[in-house]
Amino acid sequence: MANRIPRTPVREQDPLVRAGNFEEVCLGYNREEAELEASRCLNCKIARCREKCPVHIDIPGFIARVAAGDVAGATAIIGADSSLPSVCGRVCPQESQCEGACVLGIKSEPVSIGKLERYVGDWSISHPEEQTVVLPEPNGKKVAVVGSGPAGLACASDLARMGYAVKIFEALHEVGGVLVYGIPEFRLPKERIVAKEVEAVKNLGVEIETDVIIGRTMTIDDLLDREGYDAVFIGSGAGLPRFMGIEGENLNGVFSANEFLTRANLMHAYDEEYDTPIFAGRRAVIVGGGNVAMDAVRTARRLGAEAVIVYRRSEAELPARVEEVHHARQEGIVFRMLTNPVRVLGDEKGNVTGIECVEMELGEPDESGRRSPIVKEGSEFTIDCDVVIMALGTSPNPLIKSTTGGLDTNRRGCIVADEEGRTTRPGVFAGGDAVTGAATVILAMGAGRKAAKAIDEYLKEK
Amino acid sequence: MFSIISRRQLSPNITEMRVKAPRVAESAQPGQFVIVRVDGHSERIPLTICDYDREEGTITIVTQTVGKSSEKINQLQEGDAFLDFAGPLGRPSDLLDLDEEELRRSKILFVAGGVGTAPVYPQAKWLHEHGVTPDVIIGARNKDLFTYVDEMKKVANVHLATDDGSAGYHGMVTGLMKKLIEEDGYKFDRCVIIGPMIMMKFAALATKEYAIPTMVSLNALMVDGTGMCGACRVTVDGQTRFTCVEGPEFDGHLVDFDEAMRRQNMYRESPKTHSANEKCKCHG
Repeated sequence: MANRIPRTPVREQDPLVRAGNFEEVCLGYNREEAELEASRCLNCKIARCREKCPVHIDIPGFIARVAAGDVAGATAIIGADSSLPSVCGRVCPQESQCEGACVLGIKSEPVSIGKLERYVGDWSISHPEEQTVVLPEPNGKKVAVVGSGPAGLACASDLARMGYAVKIFEALHEVGGVLVYGIPEFRLPKERIVAKEVEAVKNLGVEIETDVIIGRTMTIDDLLDREGYDAVFIGSGAGLPRFMGIEGENLNGVFSANEFLTRANLMHAYDEEYDTPIFAGRRAVIVGGGNVAMDAVRTARRLGAEAVIVYRRSEAELPARVEEVHHARQEGIVFRMLTNPVRVLGDEKGNVTGIECVEMELGEPDESGRRSPIVKEGSEFTIDCDVVIMALGTSPNPLIKSTTGGLDTNRRGCIVADEEGRTTRPGVFAGGDAVTGAATVILAMGAGRKAAKAIDEYLKEK
Repeated sequence: MFSIISRRQLSPNITEMRVKAPRVAESAQPGQFVIVRVDGHSERIPLTICDYDREEGTITIVTQTVGKSSEKINQLQEGDAFLDFAGPLGRPSDLLDLDEEELRRSKILFVAGGVGTAPVYPQAKWLHEHGVTPDVIIGARNKDLFTYVDEMKKVANVHLATDDGSAGYHGMVTGLMKKLIEEDGYKFDRCVIIGPMIMMKFAALATKEYAIPTMVSLNALMVDGTGMCGACRVTVDGQTRFTCVEGPEFDGHLVDFDEAMRRQNMYRESPKTHSANEKCKCHG
């Protein structure tokens, strides 16, 4: 049966205006738009969208509730599988998950599942009175959660709902992990969304202590032996930036995307009222093609730089969300595809003056299934710039591994854990990027929830 | 909140504060640092731990006003509090890895310059507690700029040097080092240098001549201090290292000081790093 209603467009800030501010780009659906879009869903018996969702949210189920005007009902359905709908609605790569599988997408455009999820999540944030949580009697057991990112928040909130006394330890001064230091305000508002999600977790009785670096301030063993926790969940993320190892990478003006984004997001460096400095230069070249590269390039643009993406494969291989690439283009970002840096150039004072690159062409597919880039001989050329930002991915921080006995890690430095989050050390569980390496918010959230279940089983048997 | 239990003005622009931070005090070791924020708008500022008291749950820090953020710290008074005080960060001093035997045999020299004297103190004190009395060269432009000399004298043999000759040896720390070794017959097996980058560079060149294994404590720019940002990267023996997690102490004979000094000035041009009360240094 053909569905004749076109995909409902979502309101956005004008590209020319938003390229100069840090306000959220996408304005989201109102009730009318959400109900119209929800009415497009065919409510498939075999819901391919649900299969493709990493946490298998009952997507047709919640969309049917939205279409019927019952957002509280939709909230409950999503809540069974996800604790961060307003975040995931904004940052999930829907085109390769739920929306990529939507039957409507075969002949026309898929249902805008992400925008509907966001609508439901935002509604529940602004209607806290609709979510009365009845907490069980405390069961007398204590669990420590390391890291307050998506994995830690999800694990803590599930454990609190089961009656555990939960305390989250966060290394930074703000709560939220990558949601706070990594993803920019223009994609995920901090006060309006992230702080509210954190508040909801606190309202379940979860305690959060900031400024505690597990592996330095205390070790995992301290938590178990000295502080009396019955189990520990490690959701410490993948925070260590990679560099290319090319000449000139330590010149002044070369930053990791982590540094650049942490200055902007966590430290509010773009705001005159805050003390932390940031430098985006006249022209900033961002190396990489993932979401972090898009976040960095669009942040540089907002700080007034002409901002350029340099990526060694072609547009089809860009790992970033389609929406981010589209938004970046609208904002005037220049994309140099099939281009790879070979060295960073500097002046006699050690400041960046340019980046020398080579052109690439695509060869045979590599182990990731993507066609691997090959250097075109003699194709060297230089892009003049005064800032270079490396957005090449991250690895887990070795602090916990190096201070915890009996905790195995793999050759990429990731903590070894099974599907349920059990590590090689009894009583110690882990999930999110600390286990998988840099991945998505929804996978981390899902891993935190699975681990909460496994921790519950472990402590009941203990 | 992390309240300031006591505060001393060590010189017109250097203050010492004892801060209540029980978790940090519990784990602190000589050579490590903390990251502090004064208020919700502040930068995260790394400061070397100058003393710790586990029973009292306090950490002592010494701060010199150099720009807006350090000025903000030094304006805090006794009874005020830091909004954030995270640590201990970085690796403890290598001296802590020496076994008792080796420690007792070692002749250890510290070279301290300017505000770097205070961070030498916990290392010298630790050695003293382990039965070793180190030698400490403290350098300053003139006698009024010395800090921590009385504290240091309780745990070490102190040798003073001033640029203007107003106290102790007349000249640079490197000159005094040369005198101690060549004229006074001192022998040193290890050296730790803490002070301004330029002083560490030249003092490390001097110890290289005498083939004394030398560590320097680098005060690189940092944001998170936990290995996340890479702002603190430094070249040691041709390899990029992160000061926050692999340092702050590195082999002084292998550090690329020129690059480190240049990187320290990355944000010098930013109006944010300057204090409203800052005076031009031309006529200082």
